[in-house]
Amino acid sequence: MPPAVPLNASIPAVPLNYYLILSAILFTIGVVGVLIKRNPITIFMCIELMLNAVNITLVAFSRYQSTLTPAGAYANPRFIDGQMMVLFVFAVAAAEVAVGLGILVSIFRNKVSINVDEIDLMKG
Amino acid sequence: MSGQLILFGLLAAIAVVCGLCMILNDNPVRSALYLVALLFTVAMLYVTLNAAFIAAVQVIVYAGAIMVLFIFVIMLLNLGTPEEIVDHLKPQKLLGPIAGLLLIGLLASVVAAVPTGQGGQPLSNGTIGPFEIGLALYSPKNYWLFPFEIVSILLLVAAIGAVMLAKKRI
Repeated sequence: MPPAVPLNASIPAVPLNYYLILSAILFTIGVVGVLIKRNPITIFMCIELMLNAVNITLVAFSRYQSTLTPAGAYANPRFIDGQMMVLFVFAVAAAEVAVGLGILVSIFRNKVSINVDEIDLMKG
Repeated sequence: MSGQLILFGLLAAIAVVCGLCMILNDNPVRSALYLVALLFTVAMLYVTLNAAFIAAVQVIVYAGAIMVLFIFVIMLLNLGTPEEIVDHLKPQKLLGPIAGLLLIGLLASVVAAVPTGQGGQPLSNGTIGPFEIGLALYSPKNYWLFPFEIVSILLLVAAIGAVMLAKKRI
């Protein structure tokens, strides 16, 4: 049974909550950007910002995971899982950007407008 | 007030200012450059969280590849010059920030519920580099091998889809 105190409890560090608050602020900036921007490229960039905000949360939780579980659970070797999830988010973001920008290019080729409100081809 | 806290405050302030500049700027190229600065700041935050490999991948993939793609499309479609965009949804500019304030209130109430009783101190001091990531990713004993294969299929489908969308006629 491992000791119930963190190994480096004496080293002062940034509390987990600070990372979560920063992540929440960045996510909200991304949401507000999606709501108020009319340029599809900028909206895409705001989505990337939201993905990054969530990634901060994942990495921070993976770093602090052991202190969130009951005593002794930090011997769990799965503390790397948050970072693995971030890697998969990277892959999905890359795929999303490739396909999304391809769609944008093909929309702009057929219809010259950079306003998302005027791109309503799929409206019934 | 430790050095780590000062560093975190500095990085967080740069990130938030870059994010605000990004959504308040009308020029897409400038927005993209602010986003690049923000991504670099987030990479430095990953370094402070002992995630060296993730930080490197963040710089290479996000700031390197994805943002180049953004800038390339902005230049290709000639979106760099901010045009007069007719706003059909005027109230949305006003309601968006209000909705954002509501959302951040909600998120803050959730963050306030995170238990900090254990001190909220990080446990391991080991930096997670390519060795640890590779061990977790490729070892058949771990459950990350199957998602890794699925992601390769996802990237293949995305590449084929991008090529299909780039054709003259869909």
